Amino acid sequence: MNVPATYIHFTSWLQISVANLIVILVMIALFTIALLTPFPGSNTKGSHKSGDHK
Amino acid sequence: MKRSAQQEAFDSTPWAGRVRSYDIIKEGAIAILIVSILVITFSLVFGSPDDKQLTFKGWAQTNPTNFYDTTVQELAGTSGSAGYGPPYNHASDGLNMGPFWLQKWAGVTHPVDSTNDLVINPLSSTVLMPEVATALAAWKSASTDQQLAWATAYDTAIAAADGDYTAAGPGDFGPVPAIAQGLTDVAKSGSLDGLLLSGGNFFSTDNTKQILFFGDGTYLEDAATAANLQGNTWGMMNETGRYPGQAWLWLYSLWYQISPFTNEESAPLGANADAYIMFVVLGLTGALALAPIIPGLRSIPRRIPLQRLIWKNYYREENISRRK
Amino acid sequence: MSSELDTKTESTMWTAKLRNSWQRNLPIDKLLPDTQPAYVASWIYIFGVLTIAAFGDIIVSGLILSFAGPAWYHTSSLGLFVNSLHFWGVQLFFVFMVVHLWGKFWMAAWRGGRFRTWLTGIVAFLASIGTAFTGYLIQTNFDSQWIAYEAKDGFNAVGIGAFFTPTNIGQIMLIHVALLPLVLGVITVWHVLLVRKNGVVPPMDAAPEGGN
Repeated sequence: MNVPATYIHFTSWLQISVANLIVILVMIALFTIALLTPFPGSNTKGSHKSGDHK
Repeated sequence: MKRSAQQEAFDSTPWAGRVRSYDIIKEGAIAILIVSILVITFSLVFGSPDDKQLTFKGWAQTNPTNFYDTTVQELAGTSGSAGYGPPYNHASDGLNMGPFWLQKWAGVTHPVDSTNDLVINPLSSTVLMPEVATALAAWKSASTDQQLAWATAYDTAIAAADGDYTAAGPGDFGPVPAIAQGLTDVAKSGSLDGLLLSGGNFFSTDNTKQILFFGDGTYLEDAATAANLQGNTWGMMNETGRYPGQAWLWLYSLWYQISPFTNEESAPLGANADAYIMFVVLGLTGALALAPIIPGLRSIPRRIPLQRLIWKNYYREENISRRK
Repeated sequence: MSSELDTKTESTMWTAKLRNSWQRNLPIDKLLPDTQPAYVASWIYIFGVLTIAAFGDIIVSGLILSFAGPAWYHTSSLGLFVNSLHFWGVQLFFVFMVVHLWGKFWMAAWRGGRFRTWLTGIVAFLASIGTAFTGYLIQTNFDSQWIAYEAKDGFNAVGIGAFFTPTNIGQIMLIHVALLPLVLGVITVWHVLLVRKNGVVPPMDAAPEGGN
């Protein structure tokens, strides 16, 4: 890992290291997946009015 | 689009609707477990960056000519640090933004005299070859004007010889060549780092003189260029090796890629880029902090309703359509 | 017990005032709930706690590095491993924090009197960047030499360099190891307590129709 990095040049002034690009893509992926992936357990057992518990 | 007072009141009211079971301690424990596993895995697989520190010994041994030339510049007062201005010296007023001279107003709180602090004093603090000792004595007994005349003449001659001091034309350089050679030898021996750091003291943690001297030459700069860390190649975001850097600094790094900030000659913005960019970033940060009250910005989540995805289960269960 | 005291005593005692305020605003049920509103049902909600978990890893690895000193990891393979834990902890910390920030923006989570929560979050973000910056400066390797050299220009240009010296490793180390983690910790606790106090913001379209 301690060898020179690879840089991707999008334009003359826009360049990014592969590692940084991966980090950014991971963030976008996590955000997208979080929004699209169904969340388990809603409207099933455990769902009740507040104050009902105890 | 302004929210109604009724909607705001609803959002402020403690929730009285449907709830679901939720184990906050368990969630925290699972989070710690998952993140720790990720951190340990990445550490085992990739390690972390650790490019070895540069030293004056390294500089003087790999590029003695540049070290020598830089020493002469320190004596002549033509180096970057010599002409920096506050907080190190009064040689310049530093950067300004119109009528605001923040750098100057803050004052010289960390004085560094390039000639004496970087060259003469460290050299005086160590054992010297007789010819260097003699040269140093000659320098010290001369007037400031004479010192400057010798050093400037030599600096000019070296510049005319494209940095090759051995090819510098004839001139009255006084003891300057011997001093420069003396310091180069001290640097090659490895003692200059300590001499610059300690300044004669036992305890010291201030590396300022070392950093200033380093930056005046090409050794540090060349290493940074090789590692793609220069400001105008998004260097602020980058790391040595193939490791991820500081992606979160993208909005600060961005401005150093953009005209006129890229051109140091272009007044006033390019010439004072560091100052202007600080304030641009301050402004943008302020906008982020105040987004909830900035018209236009605060209504983006309503106009582009990603929130319908976040709360799609609840909206479906309660049969709530999109509110315009 | 407190009900036996007369009202005058209760209202003037500092301790009673603090206790009553605490019980009013942040009772233990709110601090450690076992329910959440039914709309807290999206994966986006895990990124806050993931950020805090990463912060925990950073603190633990940082404490080990502190104990062994700043030069340890250059020559010890165990030291380098602990440094790696610290490094990747920071990378994940920012990844999770930014996704959390994106989520909160698109939820307009500042609604319903939650502006202070948003603000403490942004300040925590900035304090994190400052903490990371001082951390990079104390690596005692080439990267920290270069960062010190470049950063001083930014600070000097706006006058801050007159009293904040990126090139003074002693100053920076104390700021990174003591001052900023403490500040960040306090802001984070405040941020989380505000979320517990105000509750998770309701969905944007959840308010009953009528009366616009």
